[in-house]
Amino acid sequence: MATTSPSDNWFKRMSRSSKIPPVYIFLIIIFLFTGILDQINSDGQMFTNPAIMLNIIVRSVALGIVAVGQTFVLLGASIDLSVAYTISITAVMSSYIMQGNNSNVPVALLGVFAIGIVIGLVNGLIITKLRVNPFIATLGVSLVIKGVINATFSNYTGSVPQAFEWFGYGTLGPIPVSIIILLLVVTIGWFILARTKFGAHLYGVGGNSEVARLSGVRTDRVLIGAHVLCSVTAVLSGIFLVSLMRSGAPWVGPNGVYDLNSIATAVIGGTALSGGKGGVWGTLAGVLIFGVLATAFNQLGVNPYMKNILQGVIIILAVASYTVRSKKEAA
Amino acid sequence: MTASTITSQKPSVNIFSKIWAWLKKVPPVYPIFLVIFIFLGFLNPKGYQTMNGIMTYLRPASPLAVLAIGEMFVLALGGFDLSIGAIVTFCVIASSKFLANDPANMVPNILILLGLGVLVGLINGFVVSFLKVPSFITTLGMMMVVRGAALYYVGGAPKGYLTDNFRMFGRNYIMDVPFFSRIPYSFIVLIILATFAYIIFHRTNWGRQILAIGDNVRAAGLSGVKLKLVRMMTFVFCSVFAVLGGIMVGGYGGVNVTIGEGMELQAIAACVIGGVMLGGGKGSVLNVVFGAFTLQAIVNLLNQLGLPKPYTDAVQGLIIIGVVAYSALSTMKKR
Repeated sequence: MATTSPSDNWFKRMSRSSKIPPVYIFLIIIFLFTGILDQINSDGQMFTNPAIMLNIIVRSVALGIVAVGQTFVLLGASIDLSVAYTISITAVMSSYIMQGNNSNVPVALLGVFAIGIVIGLVNGLIITKLRVNPFIATLGVSLVIKGVINATFSNYTGSVPQAFEWFGYGTLGPIPVSIIILLLVVTIGWFILARTKFGAHLYGVGGNSEVARLSGVRTDRVLIGAHVLCSVTAVLSGIFLVSLMRSGAPWVGPNGVYDLNSIATAVIGGTALSGGKGGVWGTLAGVLIFGVLATAFNQLGVNPYMKNILQGVIIILAVASYTVRSKKEAA
Repeated sequence: MTASTITSQKPSVNIFSKIWAWLKKVPPVYPIFLVIFIFLGFLNPKGYQTMNGIMTYLRPASPLAVLAIGEMFVLALGGFDLSIGAIVTFCVIASSKFLANDPANMVPNILILLGLGVLVGLINGFVVSFLKVPSFITTLGMMMVVRGAALYYVGGAPKGYLTDNFRMFGRNYIMDVPFFSRIPYSFIVLIILATFAYIIFHRTNWGRQILAIGDNVRAAGLSGVKLKLVRMMTFVFCSVFAVLGGIMVGGYGGVNVTIGEGMELQAIAACVIGGVMLGGGKGSVLNVVFGAFTLQAIVNLLNQLGLPKPYTDAVQGLIIIGVVAYSALSTMKKR
């Protein structure tokens, strides 16, 4: 009540009270802007063709799932650069174990989730117990995974059974399964952050680790938990990608730049790199911005290198759109 | 009698404890470097115990050290610069077109690259200072922009080659030097740049202000540091060093579209091995140079052991974690 000054209009008050992250406005602007460009310069299907609208979301699924995990880690003032190769090892291992055989699916899923949990545990333990900076720790772990994969596999390996492709291509009614998976992951992420003790502790650890520790939070366990969750989402992304590609290849993760992109989308969504601030709904918007851009670039036939340039500029602008008014100095 | 023996023993104890105290102050990067380098010497006496061999080793290590020095300035400020790898790529593939296979274009080419480096640094600094975007994201975006711009400029594939006089800085040696037998140009460039950086970082107000900002932005601002100016200058410094490093990397490695990929991470790893804290407030030019040398020595060591490339990655990852954990734990004990 005291925060509403006369200069605030109803729109500002509305958006503040509804707790919608401001990045959604940026998402809508990007969508309208590229859509209008599409109307003028191309066939204008972005506004009229629902298949393309759905495609925007489907494109975002793999990145979206892992970005939710990355959000968890960032909230704890940590970072995870190993997700790209975690995705790769999942994709390769699951298709290698499955070998196109339905009966191998449970074993493969168990195996890759075990690998994911181990990677998360290792990340978390190195960061909390050996006191290695998370940036370096996860960079090192990612090099280790990279080495292990490249030493074992060099190309497409094995394949997934037909039934497994349901994750990537199936639909429930008119809605693709992949979208439901993404929304499910985001909702679970939101639930953990907003409605559980672990979530509250994670915000505490990210905001001020020392204060959290002195108030009785086992900070190390919380951080390790966040890293395990992050690796598990990377595994989910990998499973989704392999069902889409029908066979796993070691370059799936690094080619999609899932490590840096997941960080970028989380930060675009308003999650602070310094921890303790943000949430998964903002991350979803960040991921959708990437999806809109990819679709729009496709529609408009933008030169692939120009795509890179524009994407870089838009990432900066998207984050700037909410940081520019902050009074705190950035680092 | 007993009293005299005690007094006579005391000075020697003091000397030992003084030496021990001095040894404990030595940053962990030096013992780590020595251990790895001596191990290399055992494996290949010809390559790492003769001047000739050491100079061969220094040739690729020097560009990495230059990149790491630039990165350290930004890290000490509390920021990140992820765009330096892309700047290296840009230097190499843009030069391949701009030089147009004519040695006479070498000087203008280098000047243009330096100008672009200043521009990239200014934009980085501006976005971080005035738009308040965290430098991790700013320079991540800049990485995409710079790499995209380089590939856009040459149309996806390098055009032509790098002329020999351009490659000189990264590839050639000054031959027949007494005692050193031969000295790579890149090492001389490194010495000049490192001295320059050392003076700026350890002997000028600018350097102290960088550390002050990295330590506590608010305190630095309140005590009169011009935050925006210092930050912009620091980003420019880093980008310019990235260009200089990029010219040498191009000289050593030749034209390659992916040449700078991952170099920003290597530079950051070198800094961290050299005792720089991510988050700012700590840094030393000499330690970072040896951090880069250590990283290069690790790579050479793994090659020497004859491991295939994938294992090299894995072991390198383990060693980086181990080295950083060692220095983190050893600095923690001192507190």
